Amino acid sequence: MKFKITRDALVPIASVLVALAIGAILIAAQGHSPMQAYHVLIVKGFQSTSGLQATLSKAGILIISGLAITFGLRAGLFNIGAQGQVLSGALAFTYIGYRLHGIPMWIHIPIALIFGAACGALVGGFAGFLKATRGVHEVISTIMLNSIMAAIVDYLTQNQFRLQGQPNTRTPDILHSARLPHIFGYPTGFIIAVLLAVVINWVFKRTTIGFELDTVGRNRSASWYAGISVKKSIVLGMLVSGAIAGFTGGMFSSETTGYFVPAFYSGIGFDGITIALLGRANPIALIPGAIFIGGMRSAQSAIQFEAGVSPDIINLLLALVLFFATAPFLAKLIKSNAKTLTTTSGWGS
Amino acid sequence: MEALLRIEHLSKSFPGVKANDDISIEVHKGEIVALLGENGAGKSTLVKSVFGLVKPDSGTITIKGEEIEPGDTAAAIRHGVGMVHQHFQLVPVMSVVENIVLGDEPHKGVFITKKAAREEVIALSARYGLEVDPDAFVEDLPVGIQQRIEILKALRKDIDLLILDEPSAVLTPHEIDELLEVIRKLAASGVGILFITHKLHEVMAVADRVVVLRNGKLVGTTTPKETNEEGLAQMMVGRNVVLSVEKGPARAKEVALEIKDLSVKDDRHLDAVTHFSLEVRAGEILGIAGVEGNGQRELVEAICGMRHRQTGTVNVSGKESPDMDPRGVHLMGVSHIPEDREKDGLVSSYSIADNLTLNQFNLKPFSVKGIRDFNARDEYADRLVKEFDIRTPSYQNSASSLSGGNKQKVVVARELTQNSHVIVASQPTRGVDVGSIEFIHKQLISARDGGAAVLLVSAELDEILSLSDRIAVMFGGKIVAIIDGQDADRQYVGRLMAGLSG
Amino acid sequence: MLKRINIKPWQLILGVVLLGVWIYCYIANTDITNSVVASGMRFGMPLALAAMVGIMCERSGVINIGIEGTMLLSGFTGFYVASWSKNIVAGLMIAILTGILTSFVHAMMTIQWKMDQIIAGTIINILASGLTSFLYKQGSTIPNSWPIFDIPILGQIPFIGHAFFTQQGPIQYLGLILIPAIWVMMYKTRWGLRTRAVGENPGSADTAGVSVIKVRMINVMFGGAIGGFVGGFICLELVGSFSKEFTAGSGFTALALMIFGRWNPMGAFAAAILFGLAQALSTQLQIFGVTNIPNQFITMLPYVFTIVVLAVSAGKVRPPAAAGKSYEKEQA
Repeated sequence: MKFKITRDALVPIASVLVALAIGAILIAAQGHSPMQAYHVLIVKGFQSTSGLQATLSKAGILIISGLAITFGLRAGLFNIGAQGQVLSGALAFTYIGYRLHGIPMWIHIPIALIFGAACGALVGGFAGFLKATRGVHEVISTIMLNSIMAAIVDYLTQNQFRLQGQPNTRTPDILHSARLPHIFGYPTGFIIAVLLAVVINWVFKRTTIGFELDTVGRNRSASWYAGISVKKSIVLGMLVSGAIAGFTGGMFSSETTGYFVPAFYSGIGFDGITIALLGRANPIALIPGAIFIGGMRSAQSAIQFEAGVSPDIINLLLALVLFFATAPFLAKLIKSNAKTLTTTSGWGS
Repeated sequence: MEALLRIEHLSKSFPGVKANDDISIEVHKGEIVALLGENGAGKSTLVKSVFGLVKPDSGTITIKGEEIEPGDTAAAIRHGVGMVHQHFQLVPVMSVVENIVLGDEPHKGVFITKKAAREEVIALSARYGLEVDPDAFVEDLPVGIQQRIEILKALRKDIDLLILDEPSAVLTPHEIDELLEVIRKLAASGVGILFITHKLHEVMAVADRVVVLRNGKLVGTTTPKETNEEGLAQMMVGRNVVLSVEKGPARAKEVALEIKDLSVKDDRHLDAVTHFSLEVRAGEILGIAGVEGNGQRELVEAICGMRHRQTGTVNVSGKESPDMDPRGVHLMGVSHIPEDREKDGLVSSYSIADNLTLNQFNLKPFSVKGIRDFNARDEYADRLVKEFDIRTPSYQNSASSLSGGNKQKVVVARELTQNSHVIVASQPTRGVDVGSIEFIHKQLISARDGGAAVLLVSAELDEILSLSDRIAVMFGGKIVAIIDGQDADRQYVGRLMAGLSG
Repeated sequence: MLKRINIKPWQLILGVVLLGVWIYCYIANTDITNSVVASGMRFGMPLALAAMVGIMCERSGVINIGIEGTMLLSGFTGFYVASWSKNIVAGLMIAILTGILTSFVHAMMTIQWKMDQIIAGTIINILASGLTSFLYKQGSTIPNSWPIFDIPILGQIPFIGHAFFTQQGPIQYLGLILIPAIWVMMYKTRWGLRTRAVGENPGSADTAGVSVIKVRMINVMFGGAIGGFVGGFICLELVGSFSKEFTAGSGFTALALMIFGRWNPMGAFAAAILFGLAQALSTQLQIFGVTNIPNQFITMLPYVFTIVVLAVSAGKVRPPAAAGKSYEKEQA
């Protein structure tokens, strides 16, 4: 996917500006100062060192979460229920994280991450299997699986995996050997995320299997004609998408929380959807978007303290950016010809 | 006499192509005007403008003296225009009655009066002698009957002008004669007829006047008395056209494709092909003649591994080919030019180069150990674009930028350069301009001369007659006759195609 | 007009089996059975109406993933207007209006701008979530909520009277009228025929002089009105404050029910009641004190049920053939 740097890149920037403008109106209507709010955003998100580190940490998670959705989208699959896969991966990682003692970090973390990814892959793969064999659309099955995984994870956290003697329901802490290190305070997770984005981009551009998935995403009949097994591609697409989502959960546990409480993870899956849609299913385009959203999210609580504005303004701003970036009318105004994004529309199997 | 329909200086462009360029035509009451031109000449666009399906960029359309609102189908219908479309505009899951009364339903308040609607359709069907079962669901009906429903839909109102867009594409020669009779009767009763076709003998048989379009422009008007088929072809294409292709005699050798007792079901789990057996030899072209909808599509898909074979086997060069495995069948040396190039043959958002290697991308040299080799692909694409005269500024461009004829050339180029033992070509020149048709025909013959077995499936009887060494007629999922290409008589084959006993 | 009598063998068997089970339970313990079935109706009706939204949109060819967001936003505006004006009927009216507006935006995105319909619906959901979370104000309450009442004569009918016509709220009763009305509209009226034609093959309607865009927009907005109605009703059901995530995925469940019901209003209704029964049953199990099955597994039963049902039946469904594709009128 070639990006004409001039006009195509203008669309996301224009969307941000329009969203900020609308946000400013709403903030002012509530009696607060938009300039103050946005100032806090910039300072806390990007200017201060601690802010930048927090931003990059969040950005890393967002990139991987976005990659999970993007991988599916390229194959024509909309893994809207990534949240459930994130949760299962996170809990799986946490379990390995606190149960395996006496292992060096460079073994512990990969094993735990693989375990997390595997759990996410199981859930995603199951949805893929249902679609390939029974024609159940993944939008519905993954949303249902969301609720199911949330219930299972909740149960496990309250019972087998529970840390006793605590007022709140949580798991034990992850061992130090399972925590992702920081380099001069900067999160390694971000570097891992960028590497993963590059790898996935390369997979789609240069490998045969990537070409197969891409083709299935564009034209199923022609893929079958060309000898590609559409069913296998669907299952593979959902499997990998789920695996990456599980990986996201694991990364988050490792880098940020240190133990598992279901509520910590809310929003990761859905932010991933926003990012993937903004990036038009291009793995590399996720990176700037993730840094932007990461900045906004890390400044979120400060906005309440320092400008008196409800932190949910971030949710609204992001929703507005997404709307303006994907709905074609802004693009038409700027006369950009970037292709609009499609899934394999319709319930057809 | 005041013209019934007057089109004045009509122009319409689509991105990249000027479909209609300053066209002016008249049709009078009771007159049959044939609109002739090759694929892509702009005929469909022109008549769609009259019916309001397309909004012209400039020009006026006047019916019975009144200028009509462009782009408004309801207005066209109000002014007494009826249209029979090239691609049927029917709803498969609804009944015949529902399809015909759609848009102007007999009603009491908001409710449809079922009985009145049914009676209306029965009366309509009797009036024109076009028998249909009112309660049948359209998807259960054969294509020829669906054509009747299309026509009844158009004739339902008291129309003054009837437009027909390629009405005979799916009819047997006998049904075509019946249709031409209906057209003559209508004209005799005062209805003006404007009909599009690319079949020269139809024009000569029924038209009062012929208008020829080429590349969006009106290049000439004539009457059947003043010209003949060669003359018309010349006007259509702008140069001398050889109407039949030159080919030497076939030198058929061993059996390359053997189909034994094949049965295949269609998308609705009904029998499409039953106990079908056929042999195609290396070095011959075997043409399967038949009206669309008699199982040809399902047959081709089953042979090429795209559709499940219920019973029977398909052997390539003596070895059995796998079921439901297009890649496996392909690797045995079978090439497939699919019927629907947009759906099956091409991925339009991919580049021409990627499309040229669409079913070889995972083989050497295009892909080594799972990594694609773009240089190999580009070299190959460059060579093929030149060899097959694919008109494009660059093979990196997306396939969607190509014209229909060039798109088909991409598919043909891809399939005929793989040293295949067997080539299955399904409707290989549908929607393709005359120049490309000639080219593709030459390629098929040269493939045959190179020793390939060519199985040609086409609804265009002329194509079958001119290319085939042997002809098999398919009706109702079975072969009803196999005859020698030299001896084939149009009328005879036509009768077989209709399921009659020759 | 002519509707395909399309009851498959398995559907008939399932219906008979369920009827048998119901009769058995009724005889065994009338009160509990009635209460479970009534709960099923109470839970199921809002879902059935949400499924109607999906059906109205998809029958005309527009897939609507944004039912969730529509209900959320409508419930939100309905609640706050009711709280401010101290009048829940006014709130309901505004909720319906919000539903129409939201679906209008969805219609613009999908019909005019020809965006991918599933992505458009997702964006509506994200927008609704963003708007409601930001504009949320704590502490607002509504003065009263919907009355629960019995229907006089119908409530006395033995066996079904107690289940369906007693102790239900207005949404349940209105639904019992609205859903058959939608069925009649879809299969017996001119508008319904045109809608279905547009959803199967828009060209067929276009060439008959019917405006595809008009049919789609009106159906989508009518669906939006129903969605607003449901959202408003649910939010105003409990006296108290607005709960941010009150829709809890019901918009997606409604889509599953729509598919299970084969895009037929009565089918979706049956599916929704079944789903409601599953929920009522799981609550009843908890009341019975079935303690060896953990809470969470009981709450997840309806979702498992939905997936199983879809997996068993989904492969052979035929959605409206043009659903999901935008209509390109001008083709060379």
